[in-house]
Amino acid sequence: MAKEPARKTAAPKKTASTPAPATNREQPSEPAPYQATPEELEKFYREMLLIRRFEEKAGQLYGLGLIGGFCHLYIGQEAVAVGLQSALDGDKDSVITGYRDHGHMLAYGIDPKVIMAELTGRAAGISRGKGGSMHMFSVEHKFYGGHGIVGAQVSLGTGLAFAHKYRGDGGVAMAYFGDGAANQGQVYESFNMAELWKLPIIFVIENNQYAMGTSVNRSSAEDQLYRRGESFRIPGMQVDGMDVLAVRGAAEAALEWVRAGKGPILLELKTYRYRGHSMSDPAKYRSREEVQAVRDKSDAIEHLKKLMLDAGITEDKVKDIDKEIRQIVSDAADFAESAPEPELHELYTDVLVEQY
Amino acid sequence: MAIELKMPALSPTMEEGTLAKWLVKEGDTVKSGDILAEIETDKATMEYEAIDEGTIASILVPEGTDNVKVGTVIATIAGEGEEAAPAPAATPTPAPAAEVPPVPAPAAAPAPAAPAPAVRAADPSIPEGTATVKLTVREALRDAMAEEMRADDRIFVMGEEVAEYQGAYKVTQGLLDEFGARRVIDTPITEYGFAGLGTGAAMGGLKPIIEFMTFNFAMQAIDHIINSAAKTNYMSGGQMRCPIVFRGPNGAASRVAAQHSQNYAPWYASVPGLIVIAPYDAADAKGLLKAAIRSEDPVVFLENELLYGRSFDVPDVADYVLPIGKARVMREGKDVTIVSYSIGVGLALEAADALAGEGIEAEVIDLRTIRPLDIATVLASLKKTNRLVVVEEGWPTCSIASELAMVAMEQGFDDLDAPVVRVCNEDVPLPYADNLEKAALVDTPRVIAAVKAVCNRA
Repeated sequence: MAKEPARKTAAPKKTASTPAPATNREQPSEPAPYQATPEELEKFYREMLLIRRFEEKAGQLYGLGLIGGFCHLYIGQEAVAVGLQSALDGDKDSVITGYRDHGHMLAYGIDPKVIMAELTGRAAGISRGKGGSMHMFSVEHKFYGGHGIVGAQVSLGTGLAFAHKYRGDGGVAMAYFGDGAANQGQVYESFNMAELWKLPIIFVIENNQYAMGTSVNRSSAEDQLYRRGESFRIPGMQVDGMDVLAVRGAAEAALEWVRAGKGPILLELKTYRYRGHSMSDPAKYRSREEVQAVRDKSDAIEHLKKLMLDAGITEDKVKDIDKEIRQIVSDAADFAESAPEPELHELYTDVLVEQY
Repeated sequence: MAIELKMPALSPTMEEGTLAKWLVKEGDTVKSGDILAEIETDKATMEYEAIDEGTIASILVPEGTDNVKVGTVIATIAGEGEEAAPAPAATPTPAPAAEVPPVPAPAAAPAPAAPAPAVRAADPSIPEGTATVKLTVREALRDAMAEEMRADDRIFVMGEEVAEYQGAYKVTQGLLDEFGARRVIDTPITEYGFAGLGTGAAMGGLKPIIEFMTFNFAMQAIDHIINSAAKTNYMSGGQMRCPIVFRGPNGAASRVAAQHSQNYAPWYASVPGLIVIAPYDAADAKGLLKAAIRSEDPVVFLENELLYGRSFDVPDVADYVLPIGKARVMREGKDVTIVSYSIGVGLALEAADALAGEGIEAEVIDLRTIRPLDIATVLASLKKTNRLVVVEEGWPTCSIASELAMVAMEQGFDDLDAPVVRVCNEDVPLPYADNLEKAALVDTPRVIAAVKAVCNRA
């Protein structure tokens, strides 16, 4: 039985059963929910809604056979990427994630057209049609993928952090991974080096409760994943990943820690994926009721909408945004469907950079 | 009876060493555990401890002597009640740094009959008359890294024992002193982790040199070499590069058995997106490692532990960089082409010298780069000789040798007067026992036999 994401608590939830580790080491400050201006609320809403509508459209296009292979949707988890990345400095910080990467790219303001065109395997795609859903990159935005091997992005992200420190450019790397990847050995190899060398990195576990069909409780001896860094002396925080303001607040606390040169920090974002692991997921491992309960009680976008209304943003304004986003997504889909496939000679390009 | 102290073998591949320093003098009383001397091996400077008690009767090899063969008597100890008189002078025999193969040929090996002087074709990229300097492969590799690091601050070296230990095989010796701990970085024993970290750093704009203590351990990291480093440029539509060098010793060392003795060249060479280099001599080691570090592509640079200590002439030029992807004709001949790479080139050259005494002129080609393969050079030679033998210190199945046989069939079929022959290791995990290990590894007599067979001279 999956745990429901902690809805109300923005602060890290200390488990009652396990006492917090006695430590006299310095700890990061307790994160406070972010105090957003109405403009910021609106911005978060636009970005989260764009991710949701984009992913719904991608699901449709997959059903029509326009998207092939593996396609992992981010529906339900929107507050995580938006809340965290809104706190980063786009000029110097870097981001890396696994294969469920559409949302992180959209949260970074990358054009939905080139993302959707990559999903449909077109020359105009961000990877020129050669990467697909799981392998998208934007060096311009310091977004380093989009990696298909579960857990690989954690070591690679540690390398990005190493590069920040080596150059002394003040940047921080953010490496996302799931509750499933949290059981890969290289994650802990990376934790060790990151703390040993005080690398500027925020490790982000997006705990959506299921690694494909295996729940956290069936796969993890320590299911409080924010504690997974403790034996490496990496402080951890558990965060309500369905509340964008809680997420942003945690990001601020984490950045304060990392930018002060105190080394890595681990965030566990409790979230939930509404759709299957990939498009071919039969969803036998959880009940419809469970999914519906989260949607009804904990949906991140509905929650944000309420905050907006409370902040004095009108229903009409919200509806206008909804319309606008639908149009952006519809345009992206039209573009992705009509853009030409790569030229055949592209088969042989970019295998190597140089000629030998 | 005086106890003889002999030059110890302090590593599996050590054949000789330098007696760096005596810490005792004649007449000193020593007991078990006392440090007698410092000995510099091919891998490190080691302390030599006394096992016996007594008085140092004589020191036979003065400190500072290089090339003291393992087993040479270096001092004697007189036991209790014995005269501490000088022992009969055992003349130390500092051997010249000869290019002897470290694995002695089996007794059955026919003595190469009056080997003809090697006709070594000049590397086309070296102007004639260029001065040379004698360097070991180890020194050449170190110099290549140091020169490139001086020129480009983005380059750093990372791996196990590369810094304070000065390199498990001394390849990175001195780099920490020159470049400091920011750029010469000791890692925990964590191959998957640091291969991934290096790959990420390359994606983030640096130029890492990742040393694997041996490539056997890189199996734990092969996911990052292939899935992360080799494929990124392609998967990103040319947007995201990964300029990284993975380097370290590859292939069989000496008596370290199956898990530590394997040639990974065919593994990496099968992957599009990687450059694979496996040099034989010091000049190529230097020139190609510099090229590898400068490349914008990920490079797997396969060295060989048994070659580290061998000395070769290296062109004494300011910036010696060789082109990647070019084979080298090491010896010209008209009767048969022997293609090899890495340690196999030495065997091929020895075989060619021996065969010359029997009237067979073999052309020897060192591939140097395994991916991309310089097929043109191999085919041009085949066109001339019409016979092809491939020598490879590695398993025969799915090998570079089988690849070349296929290439010869596809693109050189009309030039073949005989089937292509592979001379590879036996198709078994490498055994430990001395005799079995010898039996498993490719050697010069096998190359000679194969060439004779393919030339109908068996």
